[in-house]
Amino acid sequence: MQADLRAMAAGIRPGMRIALPVDYAGVSMAMTRPMIAHGAGSLDLVCVPTGGLQVDQLIGAGLVRSVETSAVSLGEAGGAPRFNQAVKDGSIGLRDSTCPAIHAGLMAAQKGSPFVPLRGLLGTDVLRHRDDWRVIDNPFAAEGDPIVLIPAIRPDVAIFHAAMADRFGNVWIGRRRELAAMAYASARTLITVERIVDHDLLADEMTAAGTLPALYVTAIAAAPRGAWPYGLWGEYTTDTNELIRYAKAARTEAGFAGYMAQEAAA
Amino acid sequence: MSGVLLRETLIFTIARLLEGVRMVAVGAASPVPAAGAMLRRALDENERQVRLSVLGSVKHNFFTNGSAELFDAAGQGRLDAFFLGGGQIDGQANVNLVGVGDYPASTVRWPGSFGSAYLYFTVPKVILFREEHSRRVLVDQVDFISAPGVSPAGVYRPGGPVALLTSKGLFRFDKERPGFMLDSVHPGHTAADIAEATGFAYDCPANPPETPLPDAAELTLLRGRVLDELSETYPAFAADWRRDLAAFAA
Repeated sequence: MQADLRAMAAGIRPGMRIALPVDYAGVSMAMTRPMIAHGAGSLDLVCVPTGGLQVDQLIGAGLVRSVETSAVSLGEAGGAPRFNQAVKDGSIGLRDSTCPAIHAGLMAAQKGSPFVPLRGLLGTDVLRHRDDWRVIDNPFAAEGDPIVLIPAIRPDVAIFHAAMADRFGNVWIGRRRELAAMAYASARTLITVERIVDHDLLADEMTAAGTLPALYVTAIAAAPRGAWPYGLWGEYTTDTNELIRYAKAARTEAGFAGYMAQEAAA
Repeated sequence: MSGVLLRETLIFTIARLLEGVRMVAVGAASPVPAAGAMLRRALDENERQVRLSVLGSVKHNFFTNGSAELFDAAGQGRLDAFFLGGGQIDGQANVNLVGVGDYPASTVRWPGSFGSAYLYFTVPKVILFREEHSRRVLVDQVDFISAPGVSPAGVYRPGGPVALLTSKGLFRFDKERPGFMLDSVHPGHTAADIAEATGFAYDCPANPPETPLPDAAELTLLRGRVLDELSETYPAFAADWRRDLAAFAA
């Protein structure tokens, strides 16, 4: 295991709130194993806005106290087995959400505001089970017009994978702006990248527009193919066969342990 | 045998339901809706522009503001059509994407509500699509409301369901009643089959028509361009489809 990945994982403490991106945006699978080896548990995960393999493995490893998410699945490989089992067992807390509510909570944090209002949600059981959300009447409407308030989501740590960083700590995220939203909202941001380049990403207008400035970046480590078995936009595609292999293995606790041990040896 | 695969009938039906849309988006784990939207775009190519955003696709997704942009576009009223599935769907078009039993300790847990609790309210034409047509899916009342079919007066609701498509037939939704009406029956099924497999009450005409099938030109588009476009985002589904076609030809 790479020393720099281990060092990044060492900053995670028990009970932290951790933001993780959706499977196609750039998941730092390279950080999953170092996080499990480090062992800080009772984590409250925030999936932006859904979770997959990484979330399932952290749950399987027993590190997760709760999950705030609009979904957890393995996409074409089916349901997330360790998440589903944990829900059945009642061993993790659930804060079921809907995608734009997660984005809204991060947006509120980005602006330093306590909440933002969001349409939809009225009459759903998603809203009924969220005692941290509120419904008010739109103060600008002539009458009625109920609307939901979503409180700011301020994670302790955001973790993701991107194509490129420079030596100055700037990270190129292209059009995956949810990665920027996660970084703005979070106290710390840990990023793995395919490669670290020598030139300043902010010096060229073409890359500057898609660059997350070093202001929002806590640490970077190079991890080639660091999203695998997920794909990374513009770099490589998802290894669906590997996801299916995991989905089958992780149906049982023993199968999950076997898969993780095998991967660690590889 | 009509020479048309069931999945092709479903994709074609979705393309028909999308007639006239300017912008359509497709969410997670939705290969059939994605293919239907791709067929609509191909059919309209020289007449009108259909903008399409397929979640998880790089080629068929023009958004540049991350995964929030789809919802922002819907909130702005730019998105005409979207698709929702459902582990359970009931006769009021309530959708459950969360699980069976007493939440949160679901006896069966599904992925979660995704964007349904927002998009069902904001997108004018939501098409419900669920291949499995059985009493465990089409229920009298869902165990968890991820998104409600209708809302009381006073709730901001420009959007909602228009149709429900399954492997057996197509229903239209009337939000005034509210309730479903059987619109057509796919080849190989009957209105009686459908009644047997449906757990909620719905209106049924005396002799519901058969679901229209694609013609030769539409099939060529489906098996050529649409299948190619789809394989980027849904390689496993596309490979399956190709295997079915090969078995068909053999």
